[in-house]
Order: sequence, then C-alpha cells, then structure tokens
Amino acid sequence: MNVPLSILLWLPASAAVLGLLIPGRATARMLALLGSAGALGLAVSYVLDFDRGADGLQFVTDETWIRTLGISYKLGIDGINLFLILLTTILFTASVLWAAGQSWEREKLFYFHMGIAQTAVLGALLAQDLALFVVFFDLMLIPFFFLTGMYGPAATRIAAVTKLVIYTLVGSLLMLAAAIATAVLAASQNGTELSFAFSDLQLARLASGSQDWIFLCFAAAFLVKMPMFPLHGWMPDGYRNMPLPVLAVFSGVLSKVAAYGFLRVCLPIFPDASAHFQTLMLIIALVSILYGSVMAFTTTQTRLILGYSSVAQLGFITLGIFALNEQGAQGAVLQAFNHGLVVAPAFFLVGLLAARAGGSEDIREMGGIARKAPVIAVLFLIVAFANLAMPGSANFVGEFYILLGVFDAKLAIAVIAFTGVAMAAVYTLRLFIRTMHNRVGPHVQSTELTLADALVLVPLVLAIVALALYPQLVLSKGEKSITAAIAPARDIADPPPPAAALPVQIDPATGQPVDPNLPPNPSGGAVPIDPNTGLPADSTGGQIPIDPNTGQPIEPATGGTVTDDPSSAAPVDPQTGLPIDPQTGLPIDPATGQPTDPSAAQEVPTP
Amino acid sequence: MTPRAVPDTPDIDFAGLSPLLALLAGAVIVLMVGLLRSRAAREHGVPFLAFSALATSLGLTIWQLDTTKPLIAGALQIDGLGTVLNLLFVGAGMATVLLSWRALAPRESAHGEFYALLLTSIAGMLVLAWSTNLVTVFLGLELLSIPLYVLCATEMRRASSLESGLKYLIVGSLGSAVFLYGLALIYGATGSTDFSGIAAANSSGDLSSDVLMLTGIGLCVVGLCFKASVAPFHQWTPDVYQGAPTPVTAFMAVATKAAAFGVFLRLFDVALIDSSLTWAPMLAALAAITIIVGNVGALGQSSLKRMLAYSSVAQAGYMLAGVVVTSELGVRATVFYLAVYLVMNLAAFAVIIARERETIHGDDIAAVEGLGVSRPVLATVMTISMLALAGIPATGGFIGKFFLISATVDGNYAWLGVVIVIGSMISLGYYLKVIAAMWMRGAPDRTTSTAVSAGPRPALAGGSDEAAALEDAELPKAHWEVVAVGVVCAVLIVAAGVVPQPLFDLVQRCGDAFTNLV
Repeated sequence: MNVPLSILLWLPASAAVLGLLIPGRATARMLALLGSAGALGLAVSYVLDFDRGADGLQFVTDETWIRTLGISYKLGIDGINLFLILLTTILFTASVLWAAGQSWEREKLFYFHMGIAQTAVLGALLAQDLALFVVFFDLMLIPFFFLTGMYGPAATRIAAVTKLVIYTLVGSLLMLAAAIATAVLAASQNGTELSFAFSDLQLARLASGSQDWIFLCFAAAFLVKMPMFPLHGWMPDGYRNMPLPVLAVFSGVLSKVAAYGFLRVCLPIFPDASAHFQTLMLIIALVSILYGSVMAFTTTQTRLILGYSSVAQLGFITLGIFALNEQGAQGAVLQAFNHGLVVAPAFFLVGLLAARAGGSEDIREMGGIARKAPVIAVLFLIVAFANLAMPGSANFVGEFYILLGVFDAKLAIAVIAFTGVAMAAVYTLRLFIRTMHNRVGPHVQSTELTLADALVLVPLVLAIVALALYPQLVLSKGEKSITAAIAPARDIADPPPPAAALPVQIDPATGQPVDPNLPPNPSGGAVPIDPNTGLPADSTGGQIPIDPNTGQPIEPATGGTVTDDPSSAAPVDPQTGLPIDPQTGLPIDPATGQPTDPSAAQEVPTP
Repeated sequence: MTPRAVPDTPDIDFAGLSPLLALLAGAVIVLMVGLLRSRAAREHGVPFLAFSALATSLGLTIWQLDTTKPLIAGALQIDGLGTVLNLLFVGAGMATVLLSWRALAPRESAHGEFYALLLTSIAGMLVLAWSTNLVTVFLGLELLSIPLYVLCATEMRRASSLESGLKYLIVGSLGSAVFLYGLALIYGATGSTDFSGIAAANSSGDLSSDVLMLTGIGLCVVGLCFKASVAPFHQWTPDVYQGAPTPVTAFMAVATKAAAFGVFLRLFDVALIDSSLTWAPMLAALAAITIIVGNVGALGQSSLKRMLAYSSVAQAGYMLAGVVVTSELGVRATVFYLAVYLVMNLAAFAVIIARERETIHGDDIAAVEGLGVSRPVLATVMTISMLALAGIPATGGFIGKFFLISATVDGNYAWLGVVIVIGSMISLGYYLKVIAAMWMRGAPDRTTSTAVSAGPRPALAGGSDEAAALEDAELPKAHWEVVAVGVVCAVLIVAAGVVPQPLFDLVQRCGDAFTNLV
C-alpha cells in the first residue's frame, strides 16, 4: 500500500525545521537534500502506482481540520496534479542540489525557507479542500519573500520583494474572500453544512451572478501569480532580485500552481462564469503571448528573456485551459509540465553563462561561450529547442494540442496565437546565438561544464529528452481527470446538441412545443436542454437579477435575496407522494388543491 | 401613609462574583504592600502579589466556566461571553504585570499604586463584560477608564507620558459623557435600564423612528467608538499609545479593546437587537472607514508604537464587522478575533519593550533593524506577530479573519468582507516593512563584526554604522520575562493558526449570552 500523502507533503518542511534546529551548517544542507530527494522518490512512486483508468481522486487522505468552519484536511492526487507534483519535487531537488554547491550567508535559514516553500507548493497542489488550497497558496509566498529579501542584491531587494509580495497577496486575499463566499453561499443556497471540499462545492452550483464576481477574484489571484499581461508588474523586479536557484523553482513551479488553480477551482466550480469570461481570458492570454514574446526578444537581460518567455508560455497554457475542451486542457497540463522542466535548466544555464562572462547576465557581454565548452552548448541547444517547441519535443505536442483546442473554440484567436510559436523561435534562438556563438564577449572565459554542475543539469536535460520521446505518459494519465474537470464549463460554452436528435418536446406547462432555438443565455452560450423534460436544464442560469450591494441573487417574488428556507420546500407525504399542507399536515389533492384526509379516502365504500 | 418597606438586600451571588472580588482584594493588598520600606518587597513582592491576584481570578473564572446566572439582582450576569472575555482580560493583565515588572513606569510612580490601578482597571473590565444594565455598564466603563488615565502618565519624568495621560483623560471623559447621555436617552425612550427590559420595549413598541431612541443609539455609538478607537473618533489613539509607558500601551491596546467590544456586543446584539436596521448600516459604514483610515494611517509611521496604534484602529474595524452582522456567528467571530488580536499584539509589544531596554532607539523601527542576526528569537516572535496581524495562513490572524469574513458573507455583508480584505492588502505595506527591517537590513555588518571579532569594523554603505556601534555598546539584554511573554504569545499565535478548534470551542460558549440572535 502507498505511503500517506501527508508524508510527501510534510517531509520537506520537517527536514527544514530539523535542519534549523540541529547545529551545524552541513546538517541543514544534508537534511534539505534528503528531504527534497525523499519527496522526489515518493512522487515517482505515486506516478508509477497511479491508476489511469480510475475515476476521481486516488491516495486520498481526509480528516476534519476545523469543524466549526467546515474545513477538512483533504489531500488527493488525480490526473491534473499528478505530474505537477512530480515537477515540483524534481525542480526542488535540482534547486537544492544546485544551491548546495554554493555558499550562502545564514545558510540554515536558506534551506529552512526552501523546505517550507516546497511543502507549501505541494500543499497547494495536493489540497482537495478550497480553504486548504487558499492556505497553502498564500503561505507559498512567504518563504519566497524571505529568500528574495535576504539573498538578493542588497541595493534593490527590499523594494522588489515588497512589490512582489503586495502584488501577489492582493490577488491571494481577494481569492480568500471569494473562497469564503463560495462555501458560505453554496451552503446557504442548498441548505447544506458549510463545507469547503472541492467535491461538495462542485455539486453546489452557485447562481451565475455570484459565480461571476467570485470567478474574477480567483482569476485575479491566478493571473498575478502566473503572471499574465496587465498584472505582471512585479515580474521584472522580482526576477532580477531572486537568487538563481530560487528563481528556477519560482518560475518553474509557482506559475504552474496558478494555472492549476484555474483547472482545479475555476472551471469545475464556476462553470457558468468560466464560459462567460472565456473570451476575456483568451484575449488576456493572447495579449500575454504577444507582449511576452516581443519583450523577450527586445530585452538583453538573460533572466528577463526567460521571464518574458515564461509570460508567453503561460499565455499558451491559459489559452489551452480556456479553450474549454479536452485538447486544450490536456495540452495545457502537458505544457505546464514541459515549461517547468525547461525553465529550470534554462536558469541554471544562465548561472553557468554568467559565471563564464565575468558575472554579467547581459547578453551583450556574452558571446562565444561555446568555443571551449561544447557540452554546455549541446545541453543548452536541447533546452532551447524544447523552449521553442521544435517538432519532436514534448513542448511541440503541448502547443499543438493547445492550438488545436483553441482552433475549435475561437478560430481567430488561434490564428493570432500561431505567431507566438514563431516568435518563441526568434527569442530563444537569439538567446542561444548571442550567448554561445557570436563575437566573443569582453570578459568571457569559456570553460567546460564541471562535474558538480553536470550533476544538476544533465538529469534535467535527460528528463526533457525522455518526455520528448514519450509525452503520452502525461497525456494518458491525465486524460480522465482533465475531461471531468472541464466538462461542466465545456457543456455551457459548447453545448452538445441533444435537442436536434430527440423528437420535438412538448412543454407540459404550456402544451406548446419547446423551441429548440432558445435565445442565447446571457451568461454565454445557449442554455443546455435537459433531455428528459425538454426544459432548459439550468432554469436559474443568468435569469436572476443580482443585488448590486450584496452580490446575492434576488428572488423575483420577494424582492429579497435568495435565502435557504427549508420550510419553503413543501414536505411530501411518504405514503401518497403528495405535497403536505403545512397548516393541516394533510396531503394536498392535486385535483382540488384542498387537503385530503387519507383516512376518509380509505373509508369510501366500494360499490 | 404607611412607611415604605425597607427593600430586601439584593441577592448577591458571591461564588459568581469571586473572580471580581479576587481582583479588588488583590488591588487593596498590593496598595498596602507597596507602602513597605523594603525595596525588594516593593520591586518584586508587589508584582508577584498582583500576578497572584490575577492568577487567582483566572482560576476562579475557569471554575465558573460553564455558569450562566444573574449576579446582584440582575445588574450583572455571569455567562459565556463574560467568562471568555474575562479570560482575555486576566491573560492580558498577567502579561502586563510581567512586562512592567522591571520597567521604568512603576519605579517612577510607585509600585503599589501602579499595580493597584492595573488591577482596578481589570476589575472594571470585568464589571463591563458582565453587566446587563445601563447603570453597571457605565460603572464598569468608568472603573476601567479612570485608572488608565493615571497609568498613561506614570513615567512622570517624560513629558510625552504626561501629555498622553492628559490627552487620554480629556478625550476619554468626552467619550464617557457622550456615552452617558446616550444611555440616558435610551432609558428615556424605553423606560428601562435593564438590557432585557430595553429589548422587550424595543420589540413590542415601534421605536425605530423614535427620535429619543435614535439619538440615544447614535450617542452610544459615538461614545463607544471613542473607547474602541473607531474612526473618525480615533485621533487620540496614536498619541496616547506612543506616549504611554509601553507596558501600559500593550495593556490598553488589547484589554481596553476587548472590553469595548464586550459592550458593543452586549448593548447592540442583546438590548438593541430589534432596532438593528437603524444602527447596523451606520456601524457597517464606520467599520469600513475605520479599516481604511487605520491601515492607511499606519503606512507612514516609523515609530512602532504609533504603527501598532493605527493597526489597532484597523483591527477595531475588522471586529466591528462582526458586530454589524447581528448573528451568533458574528459574535463568535468577534470574540475569536479579540483573543487572537490579544496574543498578536502582546507578542509585538513584548519585542518592542525588549528592544527599548536593549537599544537607544526606543520604539523606532531602527530598534529592530538586523534583529534576525543579533536576536533571532525576538526576530522570530516579531515576524510571527506581524505575519499574523497581516493575516497570513498558519497563524491565528488568518483564521480570525477567515471567521470574520465568513460571518460577513453569511450576514449578507459580503462587501464588508471585501473591505476587510482590502484593508489587509494595505496593511502588508507596513507589516512587511518591519519584517524586512529585521531580516533584510543591517545584517551584513553585524555578521562580519561577529565573525571577525578582532579588527576594525568594515566601512558601510548606508551610514547606520555609528548607531550600530552605539547599539552594540552593551546595553543589558532584555529580561527573561519579557522574552518569555513574547515567545508564549508567538507559540499561541501559531497554535491558533494550526489547531484552532479548541479556541473555537471556547468562543462557542459566548453564544448563551444572546437569546434572540440567529
């Protein structure tokens, strides 16, 4: 049987705490390595044991955490987070290994924060409870605040990290309010116990007015974290001030958690809003692709080239998610994994290049590094090809799926997005050529890869190659969960056509045939038809006016906000199946509308 | 005419009153012992006795934990809300005694008076938390406030301390007078001083448009807002907090706030619950203003005490949101937040007091620069406190805000929940500044100076070199009890964030004080 997920989750943090408490610098380093490598081992075992045919979550842990608030400590793995967990453990192991080769001031604290960061990221990925997700999502930022603020360049780090934290926490705190609202509204709307578990929230479908503002709060949190175009202001400063091993995990993993959030939270729980805002999100993604690409081939800082390239790549991932169909979402998940695997070695290479270019990270100071370092050149070329999505790489498969999905959803956006693929080639090759070939830079000392560096870089590059050979691994294990996650939103955005296949439905209320061409639902797309009744399935969808003050739907009859009133649903007599009159307690005769006395009815003499 | 019969002596429940009696007896004994000639008796005996009186009161409160009954013929009532709040007052009192044990203020005034005033003030809070009658409310409020006016001015050789005491006296008296006027008008409108009588008059007659009643409610809100430093009646707070001796500031920040919110909950959610339509929107607006004003005000402060003063204004706004929603969930969320707020602030003030004794910077933010290297324990305590105040997960502050926001959404005040969130965003600006000062500034020079113990200190960019040199010039390390208060509070903050259920179970008891809430 498998090890409980709690061990995977808490292993890095406990190693970090032990490392902080036990004296000795080497212990902290060794414990950090052990913690992250142990987590990697566990993650691999989960990937191997994962049953691709099973529905829903696997390896579930479910305990009550805070009874009063309905928050549970629920962890689980499905096809969406499986490979992101693997990615997290791979990148943290590589990053700790890389950091272990350098010397750090206040070293114990460095590894402490790395361990906490890993646990927080894993927690956000594993959490199957909305409150738990929010807890870890917010917590994730704090260790990076310290890692950047304590180890970045002294002159600029505090301003940069304050900007980073405030930007991202603004989103996160909005998400907190939205998450609480989701659970409270779901509980009051359906008269259930307050619960934050994803499985419960998916069943309780909120009125679409509430969904809209809640979706926007969540989207703000995720878009800042990614970052996407208008909300990326913290990115250049943050990237410039992070130590490279920290930046590798930050860029490789944290942005993916945000993308994952869309798939885990927004699409399944707020399907109406996801469909409603589909075009908006696609346009944001598209603009991010174009903006990121253009910035990436105009800036000369290697870190920022990778940073803006990440903006563009995450644009593709968002594009795939909001295509709202299987191909797009599958491509997005694959691409999230790919991009993490590519960007971490890329930052490592930036470190290697800077060391060979006299400490400068500007491509104008580099050039000709490949001269005496063919192995670095080859490894870099593989990473570069993967980044520009060369046919044959897993990134190509990912982008292909994404564009296929968008092609089905919104043709025009797909056509423009294609230019992003071409631009990726431009900025990646520019980075490669300007650093490795070209004129030899003024302070460049071309030296070959050392064994210690190879220990970090080669396994990462091998992972890229392996994935290029067998991307089906990610696709097949994820398929089932991804389809389930996007199904509600897909059915709204692109409803299956049952009405045409069925004979004309008669509305039992009016006796008139139901018009199959219903007017489009204001929340986007047409209202899906329930095949049994021929009525619109979601009769409340988008029809209820919203109180501008409270954000609550207003019940047309009362003018007050919809509240859950258990007495309003008439109880049903278990024997006759008739509704019971609340005053008399007797079943109501549907013919007369009067309460009937069942005993009297039985006493009617039979002729 | 027959002479009127001598009324029966009121039925006094001494068991129920025992926590209050312990405090008052303690105050008398402490005052007496403070007159002894022996220096040791005054400097150490008096704080010890004060601490024992508080511990006795705490024990007696726990003994009465599940009691709900009227005391003194219905003028006071011991119930869940009173008991839980009493735990908070006494806890804050014990921490304050420890923090002022070897502080300047009792030495400059007089040990006996200082601690006797402190105990009397706590007794006043207890009366306030128990009171179910307009007369006892006012009695408790004055018993709490008057000793505090004096306590603020106990560092008698520092002008700002005297100024603080005087300011607090003037503003506090104004607040009390307005409040008293409001109480009188409510009595005039309802014909009863008893909370249940007011509630009955309120629900039977139509008082929602009664001018007397409305004016009374309005004046009560204003008076209580003065006490709880709710904007726009908060202007005294930064000056008084900054000027008062820091242990007294800590006490005022946490205990007075808890007492004021105790009255808010009782008066508005019990006596005036049926006219909530008139006052809830007003309080909601005040809460929103307070959150914004407090957080924005804190941004520019370089004095930690001033910053915490503005932060306490903002926190008052958060807690007011729990009163506005008029639900039992809101009551519990407010009391939960009060408990968390208490430990968060005590932890921060403990560190400030420690640094005031260790450095020459007083309560300026420079006092904590580079603390992560020089005093990692203090820095950790302060970091946890700041993160909790900002509402970061894994701290009690997060759970507290979570609870408050869920209460606002549940009570159809979702927009107020969003305002709380916006306030938290603004607050990051100043809380992070403190954390950055501790961990990210001033560190390099200290490391080199400890690593290379011999040899000249390397020249620095930034020029805080001389200050640092002065600072290192061996002021004694802070006393253990100050650090202990900080560490205990930090542990409690994390405990409340990771295993909050016991605290939830505790505040669950508050519900029995409210009979007509949802």
